[in-house]
Formats: sequence, C-alpha cells, structure tokens
Amino acid sequence: MTAIAPPVSSPGLLVTTVARKVIMALTGVVLTGFVLIHMIGNLLLYQGPEALNHYGELLQSKPPLVWTARLVLLACVALHIWAATTLTLANWAARPVGYRKTAYEASTYASRTMRWGGPLLLLFIVYHLLHFTVGSVHPDFVRGDVYHNVVVGFQNPLVAFFYALSMVALSLHLFHGVESMLQTMGLSHPKYNGLRKVIGVAYAAVVAVGNLSFPLSVFFGLVR
Amino acid sequence: MKLKLNVWRQRNGASQGAFVSYDANDVSKDMSFLEMLDVLNEELMGKGQDPIAFDHDCREGICGMCSMVINGRPHGPQKNTTACQLHMRQFNDGDEITIEPWRAKAFPVIKDLAVDRGALDRIIQAGGYVSVSTGNAPDGNAIPVPKPDSDRAFDAAACIGCGACVAACPNASAMLFTSAKVAHLALLPQGQPERMERVLKMVAAMDNEDFGGCTNHGECEAACPKGISLENIALMNRDFVKATLGKRPERAASGD
Amino acid sequence: MNLDSKSPSGPIDKKWESHQFEMKLVNPANKRKHTVIVVGTGLAGASAAAAMGELGYNVLSFCYQDSPRRAHSIAAQGGINAAKNYQNDGDSVFRLFYDTVKGGDFRARESNVHRLAEISVKIIDQCVAQGVPFAREYGGLLSNRSFGGAQVSRTFYARGQTGQQLLIGAYQAMERQVAAGTVKAYTRHEMLELVVIDGVARGIVTRDMVTGKIESWSADAVVLATGGYGNVFYLSTNAKGCNTTAIWRAYKKGAAFANPCYTQIHPTCIPVSGDHQSKLTLMSESLRNDGRVWVPLKKGDKRSPDQIPEAERDYYLERKYPSYGNLAPRDISSRAAKQVCDEGRGVGETGFGVYLDFSDAIKRLSEAKVAEKYGNLFEMYERITGENPYKVPMRIYPAIHYTMGGLWVDYNLQSTIPGLHVIGEANFSDHGANRLGASALMQGLADGYFILPYTIGHYLVTAKPGKVSTDHPEFKKAEAEVAARTSRFLGMKGKRTVDSFHKELGKIMWEYCGMARTEAGLKKALELIPKLREEFHQNLNVLGSADEMNQSLEKAGRLADFLELGELLCLDALERRESCGGHFREEFQDEGEAKRDDANFAHVAAWEYTGEGKAPKRNIEPLDFEYVHLQTRSYK
Ligand SMILES: Cc1cc2nc3c(=O)[nH]c(=O)nc-3n(C[C@H](O)[C@H](O)[C@H](O)COP(=O)(O)OP(=O)(O)OC[C@H]3O[C@@H](n4cnc5c(N)ncnc54)[C@H](O)[C@@H]3O)c2cc1C
Ligand code: HEM
Ligand code: HEM
Ligand code: SF4
Ligand code: F3S
Ligand code: FES
Repeated sequence: MTAIAPPVSSPGLLVTTVARKVIMALTGVVLTGFVLIHMIGNLLLYQGPEALNHYGELLQSKPPLVWTARLVLLACVALHIWAATTLTLANWAARPVGYRKTAYEASTYASRTMRWGGPLLLLFIVYHLLHFTVGSVHPDFVRGDVYHNVVVGFQNPLVAFFYALSMVALSLHLFHGVESMLQTMGLSHPKYNGLRKVIGVAYAAVVAVGNLSFPLSVFFGLVR
Repeated sequence: MKLKLNVWRQRNGASQGAFVSYDANDVSKDMSFLEMLDVLNEELMGKGQDPIAFDHDCREGICGMCSMVINGRPHGPQKNTTACQLHMRQFNDGDEITIEPWRAKAFPVIKDLAVDRGALDRIIQAGGYVSVSTGNAPDGNAIPVPKPDSDRAFDAAACIGCGACVAACPNASAMLFTSAKVAHLALLPQGQPERMERVLKMVAAMDNEDFGGCTNHGECEAACPKGISLENIALMNRDFVKATLGKRPERAASGD
Repeated sequence: MNLDSKSPSGPIDKKWESHQFEMKLVNPANKRKHTVIVVGTGLAGASAAAAMGELGYNVLSFCYQDSPRRAHSIAAQGGINAAKNYQNDGDSVFRLFYDTVKGGDFRARESNVHRLAEISVKIIDQCVAQGVPFAREYGGLLSNRSFGGAQVSRTFYARGQTGQQLLIGAYQAMERQVAAGTVKAYTRHEMLELVVIDGVARGIVTRDMVTGKIESWSADAVVLATGGYGNVFYLSTNAKGCNTTAIWRAYKKGAAFANPCYTQIHPTCIPVSGDHQSKLTLMSESLRNDGRVWVPLKKGDKRSPDQIPEAERDYYLERKYPSYGNLAPRDISSRAAKQVCDEGRGVGETGFGVYLDFSDAIKRLSEAKVAEKYGNLFEMYERITGENPYKVPMRIYPAIHYTMGGLWVDYNLQSTIPGLHVIGEANFSDHGANRLGASALMQGLADGYFILPYTIGHYLVTAKPGKVSTDHPEFKKAEAEVAARTSRFLGMKGKRTVDSFHKELGKIMWEYCGMARTEAGLKKALELIPKLREEFHQNLNVLGSADEMNQSLEKAGRLADFLELGELLCLDALERRESCGGHFREEFQDEGEAKRDDANFAHVAAWEYTGEGKAPKRNIEPLDFEYVHLQTRSYK
C-alpha cells in the first residue's frame, strides 16, 4: 500500500542521487579540464629538456596559484570520489539478486567499468604524485629537472607499463565520462546528441594518444 | 517449435527461489510469449504442478502489467515491444529461453515472475500531477499549446509504468520512469506552476525507495517498450539543478 | 421491484441544473466522516475517487491490478466525444444528445443522455488542465476528428492512446488524493462480495491477492466502477482480468441487472490465429477511413490476395451500403463480415477474416502519408501477425468489445440497492442498445468527476446510513461465504482447468449469442450453459492454496460468475423479441437491417435475482422519447 515521500528540505536535496550525480559531473568538468591541460603541457617533453623544465619552473614560480589549483583539484577529487563511492554502494544495494542472464544493449564496457577504472585512477594519482611531485618512489629524483625525472622514471618497464595501463583506464573512464557528464548536466537535444558522443570519443582518444605516448616513447627510446 | 525454458520459480517473497527447466514442445509461431506460457501452464496443471505466476492484463502492450526478463532483456528481444506483444516467431526451434522476474530491491518478488511495483505509484504520489481539483478548469482552448511541445509531452506521457527501465538498468535506477513524468508535465503550460516543486519532490520520493542512481548507461531507454527517451533524464537533471539552486526558504502557511 | 428512474421534471436542458440545486449538500466539516468505497480504478472509478477525495470524503479505492493505472480504460484508443463545437461544424449539446439516443437505437433514458452531453464539455476542460496531451493543431488549439459515423468532428484524441492519457490523468488526480490522505488505494484486492444490511449496501469483502487474506470493509456508501463483462465470451478485446464478479455479486444481493444482452461487437479486430488465442486485439476503427473491406467473390478462394484480380473481389460494404461504404456502423459491418464468412468466403487460415486493404490509399496518398496516419497500428498488426500491411492487406474480424448492459441505475446512479452506486461501463449506461464510438470514455468520466460526487452527497445526507462495524454478523456471513467458495474450488481436485471451461463457455456464447441470435440458438445455449456450469462445479482443477498468490483461484471465482451471467445474458436475448443496436435477432430484420419493436420493447429489461436455482424476474422500466422521436435507423 501507500507510504508517502518525506517533505523536501534544502539540505536533503544535496545528497539526492541526482545531486550527487551533478556533483560528479561538475567535478568531472574540472578534472577533465585539468587532464587535458596537463597533457598539453606535457607535450613539451618532445621539445626537449629546456622547454619542459621551463614550463615546470613557470608553474612553480607562483605558489599561490599552484596551491589554489592544488586545493581545487583535491576538493574535486574528494567530492568526486565521495559521490562515486556512495552512489556505487547504493547501486549495488539496489539489486541484491542479479540476473542469471544479461544481454546489454546500450551500455558499454566503459560505462560498466567506471567504478573499477575510478579506483585504479586514484591509485595512479597517488603513485604519480609520489613519483613525479614528491619523488619518494623515484629511483633518481632531481627536483626541478622534470625532463630527467620523466625520462628516467619511464625507463623502468614496470613503471611505464603501469602508466600505460592507467592511461588506458583513464581513457575508458572518460570515453563514457565525458558523454555522461554532459547528459548529467542536462545537455541533451536530439539534434546534438550525436555530437555529444563525438566529443566524448574524441576527448578520450586525444587523451589516450597523448598520455600513452609519453611512457611509450621513453620506453622505446624515442625520447631520452 | 520446441523450446527449452529456464524459469525462475519462487513460492513467495519470503522463500528462496530457483530456476526450473521446462520443455515447451508444441509452440506455434503465432502465439504470443504469454500464450506460450499459458499453454505450458495448462500442461503443468494437468500434471498436478503449480502453474507459473506472472503478471499480465491487457495483453496489448498498454497497461504495463506484464513484466519478465527474457534472455537477459526486459520484455524480450524485440524493440519497443512488451512481453505480451512479443510473438514466438521471434524465436527459433530449439532455442533455450531464460525467464526471470524484474530484479530490483525496490520490486520485491511476490511469486515466480510477479513483483511488487508499488514504489512507482509512490513516486507519482509525491508530485506526478497537476493540482487542479475537479470543476474549476478553464476552457480547454484557453491556453494554446504549441504542437511540438504537446507532441513531446505526449512522447513522455506514453510511459506505461511497467518498470522495465528499472529492470534493465545495471543500477536498478528509476530515473527514466520518474523523468518521463517530470518531463511530461514540465513541457506543458499546465505543468508550469508546480514545475520546480514537482521535480524536487519526485526525486526525493524516488530516492526514498530502494532504487539505484543513474550513471547514464542508457539500458533503460533501450529496454523501454514505449521508446521513452533519455532526453527526459537530462531535462529532469536540468530542472532539478534549477529548482535546488532557486529554492526559497519555506514560508509558514498563513492563517487567512 | 421499484424502478423509479428519479428523472427530474422540467425541460430536458434544465433537468440536471435544477436537480443539482435540489440535491442536499454535505457540510464540509462532515465530509471526512463519511467513508465511501469505490471498487475499480478505471476512468469511472479513478475519477470518482479523485473527485470525492478532493471534496474531503474518506475514500477507500480497490482494484485487482498492481496499480490503479492499469485498469482496462487504459486500452481505449480512438477518442472521447464532447460537444465543444470547436470545429464550427454545427455540433451542440443537443446534437450529441440526439446522436447518442439515436445511435443507441432508442433504448436509453433521455434525461441521462442529455446530462451526459451537457457535461461532456467540462470533461475536456478538466483533462486539459490535468495535463492530458490531447492532439493539437499547429496553432496550438485542440484538434478533433470525426469518429464512428458521426457527421461532426467532436472526438478529442491523443494519438491512438486516448484512454491511456485520460486514465493517467485520473490516476494522477487520484494519487494526489492518496498523498493528501483522503484516498486509500488498495491494489491487488479483489472484491468478492457485497454486504447488504437491512436492505442497504454497507460494505464489501475482498481477497488480498498476494496474501489471500479475506477482509471486510464497511462504509457509508459503495460505488462499483468495475467495467464491462465482455469476457463472458472468453475472447474479447477486454483485458484478461475484466470480470463480472463485483456486479454479479451485487445482482445476487438484490441489484437489478439491466439489458445484459446488449453487447457490442467491434468490426476491426485481428482474427483468431489458433486454439492458444487468449484475447483479441482491436485495431482502431479509424482504419476504415482509408482501408477498403473485401473478400473474394468465389467461395473457398485460397489464392493470395494479390493474385485475386479486381473483378473477382467483393467490396461488400461498398456494394451493400453505398452511402456509408466502409464506414458503415459497427454492428452493420460486423454482421456483414460474419455473413460473408459464413458463406465460405472468409480469408486467412481459419476462414474467419476479411481483408482491410490499404493499397488504394497508398496509391492515392503515398506510403509515407499512410504511415503518418496509421503507422503505430500497422506496427502493432505486424508484431501480432508477422505480416506487413503496407504490402499484404490486413485481415480483420469482429470481436466482442463492449457491454452496454449492466446494473440498473436511476438518475442518481444508484442501483436498486440503496447506497450502492454504479458508474462507468458497469452500469447499464446511457448508450441504450448500442454505444457510439468515443462515448464510453465520456460516460466514465462524466459519472466519476461530475455526477457521482454530487449524488452521493445527496444520498449520505438524506439516507443517513450511520456507522456499522465489520464485526456485524452480515460481514461475518459474507466472509464465510467467500471462504467457503474458495475452499470449494480448491477442494474439488477435478480434471479440467479453469481456462478450458472458460473457452468452452466462450464458444457457446459466441456461437449462439454473438453477432446474430435466434430463438433456437438461444434455447440451445440455455441448455448448454447450465450443463457446463454443473461440470465446472464438479470437475474443476485448481491447484495451490488460498493463502498465497493464486491466479487459477482468481480465475475460477470469476468464471463461476460468468457461468451464471452467461445464462442471464442468453435469457435476456431470448426474451427481447426484437432486434435493436447490438442485439440482433435473425427473426426480426428487414433484409439484414435490425427491426425494432417499439410497441412492445421500448423499455429497459431489469432482471431481478430471486434465489438460487429459481428463474430470475424480468422487470420493466418503460422509456419515453419526448425530444428525439422514434425513427428507424438506415445506413443504406
Ligand atoms: C480495446 C478497447 C478500446 C476502446 N476504445 C474506446 C474509445 O476509443 N472510446 C471510448 O469512448 N471507449 C472505448 N472503449 C470502451 C472504454 O474503454 C470502456 O468502456 C471504459 O474505459 C470502461 O471504464 P470503466 O472505468 O467503467 O472500467 P474499467 O476501466 O474496465 O475499470 C474497471 C476497474 O475495476 C476493477 N475491478 C474489476 N473487477 C473488480 C473486482 N472484482 N474487484 C476489484 N476491482 C475490480 C479493475 O481493477 C479496474 O480498475 C474501448 C474499450 C476497449 C476494450
Ligand atoms: C603519462 C602521463 C603523465 C605524465 C607524463 C605526467 C607527468 C607529470 C609530471 C612530470 C608532473 C610533475 C610536474 C611538476 O612537478 O612540475 C606531474 C604532476 C602531476 N600530475 Fe601528471 N602526468 C601524467 C598524467 C597524469 C594524469 C592522468 C593525472 C590525473 C589524473 C595527473 C595528475 C598530476 C597531478 C595532480 C600532478 C601534481 C601537480 C602539482 O600539484 O604539482 N598526471 N605529472
Ligand atoms: C583524473 C581523474 C578523474 C576524472 C577526470 C574523472 C572524470 C569523470 C567524469 C567526467 C565522470 C562523469 C560524470 C557524470 O557522469 O556525470 C566521472 C564519473 C565517475 N567517476 Fe571519475 N574521474 C576521475 C577520477 C575518478 C576516481 C579517482 C574515481 C574513483 C574513485 C572515479 C569514479 C567515477 C565514477 C564511479 C563515476 C560514475 C560513473 C558514471 O557516471 O558513469 N573517478 N568521472
Ligand atoms: S519509462 Fe518505459 S520502461 Fe520505464 S516504466 Fe515507463 S514505459 Fe516502462
Ligand atoms: S540504464 Fe540506468 S544508469 Fe541511467 S540511463 Fe538508464 S537509468
Ligand atoms: S499485459 Fe498489458 S502491457 Fe503487457
């Protein structure tokens, strides 16, 4: 029979599934933006040590800017993870007994593995910070010599492999993530839905090619 | 045709269920899927076995009562088709068919393939209406409605409340159902006065049930027998954000 | 039996207005103290529950489906009539009234029909305000079409899903009241008995279809909105669960059953494909606007339709009814189809079908234009038959579709049992012997939104039913009867399933009491049905138990009542020695046209239950036609 939904209160709204989805999407915008810019910056690797190191110095020379950016990123990652984790748990709980047979039609491998790609990315980020920013897991970390750090770092096949794997995960995450993010923010129109898909695929492809190229080109000795 | 069926049998909500295999030996391609089950049930009863319980009523694809997952797809393999309208010519001799109930915590199994979808009614109760009491409506033509708006509203209003979207969604989310109602009313002038309040209430009611959240898999749209579009979910998200950001503090109701 | 129609006096267009004024009102503060049971959540029941909830009554609503939104009204396709005259084509309240009385072949009560026509305009306003997405013109105003042989365009529609959209509107209005606490919705609850105390309807007994619990509910008034009984024919366009149980139980408790033999056949349904057939699907009548109906000229011509040259086809409707052609009224085109099939000229494997051919329309309008108009219907047809109607002509055959008969009600929609009100298809309605297309939705909503909420108040104030507890012995007795019936079904342990009996009953009904009836046939049916019923009560096989979901048990209860109703239906058909509307007696015709006998049968036959095993009594409510003068229908 009939139970009635509770009254709608303002703070309650922020934890509804829809609100958490929106939070994920908005933090997703920041994070995707960062990933793209970061990748473009890293392309300087191909211009040689000066260019990349200079870029690194430029960034480090404005501590307030760097720290604001870091805090924003941190907050976004935290919110993103909070929303993702709580929603994932709720989603799991929503189907206690699964199907014997499933036949997916519209969802993709990417969309169904978001919750696994995410934690892998988190692992990557932590390792990545210790690797290139803090340097504690780097065999020969030289503060300020970004180029050296990257090249030496990726000469270890295991490390290069882990990076490559993470970048594949990242691309998958974004392959669904970008399109999904636009839908979550309400950008949907029959005329442009195709475009939305294209943007998602293109973004994921660009990030995949760009980011994969770094560990691979070092590993195969194209950049030394 | 001869078919092998693996059907979920469960005596009631409290008991454990299991798959049971049956042979359907005399299936005509002109039968509907439910008629195929009818024939099987007659046979089972002849053998003194309990017939398979499943929900159905109109058998013409409009009441939304029929509900079963057929080979992993809610309502079966045919696009825009409810289980009752699915016909056996979609299958081949010798096929093995797995039949399961809607699986969602919010839809507890009552018996075999029948589940309780009361949660969907409760979402409507929260605000899926226009608050106009009988008798004080203005003339039907007092407010012209642009045809494209009216057509889009209709597309959303075509939802039959079957719950296949929930069954199909990997997260068992009721977003497509809820958004279809939100969109239907948001697209019409008559729905405007309560538009913002409605979306907040309906989303809250949806969350209050045991549904999952949406991660934009799109399975719901693919399974929906009425072709309800994901666009409605986007519209609901948009309205929800607007309504949340724009919400003013409650005003105490004044006496008179 | 008192069959006072309580029609108010005065000129016809003032009756309802003055009656509304004369009826007593319930003090607003007292409304919530009155409990009203509404059984059924179709257009009639949902709108009544919503409207009474809005007024503040305490409403208990019941339906057998898992949600109120699934009532069979959802399946109506074509549209809803209203005398809005938006098209400026000469429509008016009086014209709708006139058309309905004439269309009903002069077997309806004028005062009720006029009220229906008056209210029709308010229904559209209400539904639009609720957000029902009716079809619109490019200018944004409501669109209309002409339907079922009407000369004016007064039908409002929402694609081919008008019933769905109207019902969703009423359902939402009702759910709003559930949220407000005035309506309590009990789904998957089947009413199995009416409780009458001191001659007054005081409550019902239900079975919870999930737990099997048998429960009593008491109220100040009971409203039945349980729909039609077309499923007595087994195969019909009705939903599988549609049943007569609620009204039959009321009949056996003293409510008169009026005109059970008035059943309507719809000419455009998809033909039966085999023994497994469980229901028939209607294809909207609008198809006949562009499709041409034909059969081969030669008997037993098994060639595929494209092999049959034009000269060897018989476009029999165009031939017989040149002025209406393919749009001849439902009953006429249905009988014409039966006739050609009986002659051995039917098409399809079973020989029970006629072609509805769109090839000329496709040539004239283009395939795209035809698709735009009928795309959905064509898809539905292809899903069911596996044939593409753009290439191969559709096959259609008539099927039982609607029942004009039902419980007798007076002007206040009250049955012969005080306190028992009956609305929608369940009452004997305003449609006389034949319902016009798009008028059932109108009637259901008129009854529920605009008539019953007034008349029930008047009843509550004047009759002062007072409170009664479900501990009253009558409730206990009714519960015991229900439990006894249930255990009898379960205990029989016979050989035959419910469906096998139902199919057999359906065959008898269709054969002897279907489209065309004869004295000999009806007498035969009146022998066969009691025999079948006897076997049913000895040889039925229902498995499982009473305290769980048990669909065979549900069906058994419904069929037991159909087996009794079927007999009454045939008896009524036998006694009505004339043809009128949907009731066609072969003995009474003018070359295929129904021949009424106004001198002897211009009345309502209201059957009274006189006890188990006793013949029911036929009472009469005479009908007067003051405003629409008796005349013969002609569509030649
Ligand atoms: C295929 C089809 C197409 C149609 N198209 C049109 C059209 O275009 N225009 C038009 O005007 N009319 C049309 N009609 C007719 C019209 O739809 C119906 O006459 C009308 O909807 C009946 O409404 P109702 O509220 O009286 O009953 P229903 O909608 O049949 O509702 C009956 C209700 O009673 C409940 N009920 C029944 N028995 C019990 C019980 N024992 N215990 C508890 N609950 C019970 C059910 O759960 C249900 O809620 C069509 C009918 C059919 C079958
Ligand atoms: C193969 C691809 C990548 C390479 C080669 C790379 C390289 C680097 C380098 C060299 C630094 C140190 C910069 C400095 O200290 O000046 C750095 C910092 C960082 N990288 Fe990456 N990166 C890659 C991918 C990513 C990805 C995918 C993410 C995020 C998901 C990421 C997040 C960060 C962060 C958060 C910092 C720290 C910035 C700061 O606060 O100083 N990187 N990266
Ligand atoms: C570089 C870091 C990351 C970026 C750029 C990123 C980006 C995105 C984007 C754009 C979305 C889509 C949002 C939406 O659908 O509205 C998303 C969803 C998601 N992210 Fe991330 N994310 C990152 C890191 C993470 C991490 C670390 C986790 C895990 C803990 C995670 C888990 C998820 C999950 C579970 C989803 C939801 C899946 C979905 O919406 O389909 N993400 N992410
Ligand atoms: S949105 Fe589609 S799948 Fe979901 S309930 Fe409505 S009709 Fe069924
Ligand atoms: S499948 Fe589920 S995740 Fe969203 S898009 Fe549909 S509700
Ligand atoms: S039984 Fe009504 S939609 Fe399938």
